[in-house]
Amino acid sequence: MLSFFKKLRIRGGVHAEERKAATALPIVNDFPLPKKLYIPLQQHVGKAAEPVIKVGEKVLKGQLLAHSQGLVSAPVHAPSSGIILDVNDYPAPHPSALPIRMIVLETDGKDEWLKTSVAADPFQLDAEEISLRVGAAGIVGLGGATFPTVVKLNMGRENQIDTLIINGAECEPYLCCDDRLMQERAAEIIDGVRLMLHGMGTKSAVVAIENNKPQAFLAMQAAAEPYVQIKVMQIPTRYPMGWDRQLIRYVTGREVPVGCRSSEIGVTIHNVGTAHAVHKAIRHGQPLLSRVVTVAGGAVNRPMNVEVPFGTLISELFAFCEVNTENTARIIMGGPMMGDSLPHSSLPTVKATSGILALTTNELKNTDEQPCIRCASCVSVCPAGLRPLDMANNIRINQLDAAVDLGLKDCISCGCCSYICPSNIPLVQYFKYASGEVMARQQAQHKAEQTKKLIDARNARMERIAQQQREDELARIAAKAERERLKAEQETAA
Amino acid sequence: MITHLKPNSGAHVGANNSVSRIMWQVMFALMPATAFGLFCFGWPAFNLFVVTLLSALFFEAFCVRLRGKAVKPVIMDGSALLTGWLLAMTLPPWAPWWIGVVGSGLAIILGKQVYGGLGQNLFNPAMLARVALLISFPIEMTTWANVSPIILASSPDFIEGLRITFLGLVNIDASTGATTLGFVKTEFSQNHLLTDILKDNSNFLNLIGWTRGSLGETSSLLLSLGGLWLLQQKVIQWQIPVSLLLTVALLAQVFHGIDSEHYISPLLHLNSGALMCVALFIATDYVTSPNTATGQLVFGASCGLLIFIIRTWGAYPEGAGFAVLLMNSATPLIDHYIKPRIYGRDRKGKPLEIPKS
Repeated sequence: MLSFFKKLRIRGGVHAEERKAATALPIVNDFPLPKKLYIPLQQHVGKAAEPVIKVGEKVLKGQLLAHSQGLVSAPVHAPSSGIILDVNDYPAPHPSALPIRMIVLETDGKDEWLKTSVAADPFQLDAEEISLRVGAAGIVGLGGATFPTVVKLNMGRENQIDTLIINGAECEPYLCCDDRLMQERAAEIIDGVRLMLHGMGTKSAVVAIENNKPQAFLAMQAAAEPYVQIKVMQIPTRYPMGWDRQLIRYVTGREVPVGCRSSEIGVTIHNVGTAHAVHKAIRHGQPLLSRVVTVAGGAVNRPMNVEVPFGTLISELFAFCEVNTENTARIIMGGPMMGDSLPHSSLPTVKATSGILALTTNELKNTDEQPCIRCASCVSVCPAGLRPLDMANNIRINQLDAAVDLGLKDCISCGCCSYICPSNIPLVQYFKYASGEVMARQQAQHKAEQTKKLIDARNARMERIAQQQREDELARIAAKAERERLKAEQETAA
Repeated sequence: MITHLKPNSGAHVGANNSVSRIMWQVMFALMPATAFGLFCFGWPAFNLFVVTLLSALFFEAFCVRLRGKAVKPVIMDGSALLTGWLLAMTLPPWAPWWIGVVGSGLAIILGKQVYGGLGQNLFNPAMLARVALLISFPIEMTTWANVSPIILASSPDFIEGLRITFLGLVNIDASTGATTLGFVKTEFSQNHLLTDILKDNSNFLNLIGWTRGSLGETSSLLLSLGGLWLLQQKVIQWQIPVSLLLTVALLAQVFHGIDSEHYISPLLHLNSGALMCVALFIATDYVTSPNTATGQLVFGASCGLLIFIIRTWGAYPEGAGFAVLLMNSATPLIDHYIKPRIYGRDRKGKPLEIPKS
């Protein structure tokens, strides 16, 4: 009965075909170190990092390459030892593949670590010190959002957080990297969770794992056994269960108001991969240099979960996994529901890269768009409670304000509506376009307003100056008349 | 370098579904009731069915051609065929051929294509055509053939069937009669009581469809089987059929309980006329029904209410078509007022307040 009421806490969602079986393999650790690494300065939400090295400089593994800028940012470190070849613009791992600033590192093959000191017992450290070290290690949310973890830890301390949720849902099809991480490195993750609890001053944590990963659940449960403050629970398998707000409602029954951060209602959520990275940073002094990436899809002959250093080109990853480039119809970074397609494979892997998929035509959704038949499947699967069909209809006739009124800004781009649509309408594509367009229009309007303000101010200033000049002139004439009058009086007197 | 089909965002994989698949699933669900109707009413019904479907396809192709679009993909989506099929099911089985042609023309041209084609229409095309035919051609649309199974020697053979469909029925009184609801209405007007009126009526025959009525609407049993299959396939949702049938049944029960001589029983309501067909196949039309679960409950219940009112106090014995059309026109209104609550917002769209603890 209780579980029935809990089910009511899940809104919308789809049961996407999982396609995880082919990739549910142990993590591969022997990825050959690439000759060159292309390390973007922006691999996180916020401001890009600022380089602190010079071209030609020799760096060691783990050495700081670029420091963080401002409050929301993250530093970048050398994933291996070698020489800096270049700091310049290279194509970004983004659908546009527009160039962004990257550091090119030529590896020397020695993989020589920078010597660091670690605290013997991190639980003796201040909570602030934990945050500082997590920030200095360049850790960001590894579930895909890449929000700097230190900011969340600090917000956790400032707000009274009662529950830390560790997201082990991994609801995207194909992806298995978190699943394997939980199975193979459960103790490290749990340690990371304890360190996070310490860093935030929070009492309890819940690790939520979808019930299609029973082995990961058992491993995590065993690892969490000694610690009463950490509870491991199974959650239903339903995309998008890993959406932070869906998970928060399922686990705590609380709903995050629009425009608020979850910390404001006493909950913070981190990914299992992030917890693992925190463990490595605090216990071993290792900054975030690599991550486990799922390489999967019909065109991949050797699908695997492989630990790769950041900056590795996808093409090298594909060569290692024996991807059939002939069959590859689309390359996707991330999962097939929310991931973005990439135009080519000469792009680096970054902190956000949970998976790289090489999909064949058979696996892709049909793109032959048909008229909307108002079946309302999109309404029933939307976890945010939107009406995608009405939004899309308004966007199609360029009524973007109407789309915003219908809740365009509350769309989380989870892809459920596009997934279920029998007419193959690329709804998320519509919404992303409209959001970008609305923002551009707002900027243009803002600019026009600013320009108008400046012009008005200038006109007022000129008017003031002219007025002043007129007054001065009048005063001068009056003074002159006065002088002449006085002069005349003196003359008469004389 | 790899060439791409269409670089984009959003779900790159999809559910195994398509518009034509949905249309074919509905037609599949209609098959048992249609087959039974064709069996009961013989060759003339078969001719009318074929004529209606073919002319629906013709008008669709004609309109698509006028709009300068490729005909084949539009025909292949199955929507015109389904519209023709639904219309044929609601026609008197021995109606002349031109009823089918005119009906299909009304449904496809005035019911659907003038609005812009699939998904754009305000009214259910089949119901629009049926109601327009009923008002324009009341004689043809209320001439109900006796049950005359195709296997009986006394039933019209193939040639005789062609003659009935294309040249008209000669000996009308011998082979036609009134539907149950029509009979009840006429008898009421002569101040007869229900016990007298219904002494020859059999609920069992009504259930299986061995009775006078529209071509495919007589068998409540087979229609509900098809509808249940659609529910199981998740092509339709339960909200509209359940709220519609429940409303009719409850109202009928209340009035029948008060005066059982002047108000027919819920069972007769459910088993007769177009109720089952409308509840499961017409009112559940995606295009013309609301798109939230609550909206669908309101829509279904209102349809049920209107059907009961028209049947009980209206001039027509059957009100399902009128009720559906009226509620179709209210659908945009329902969708405007009944919408899902957005996550993190209250029903009015304001952000939720942070709970004080």
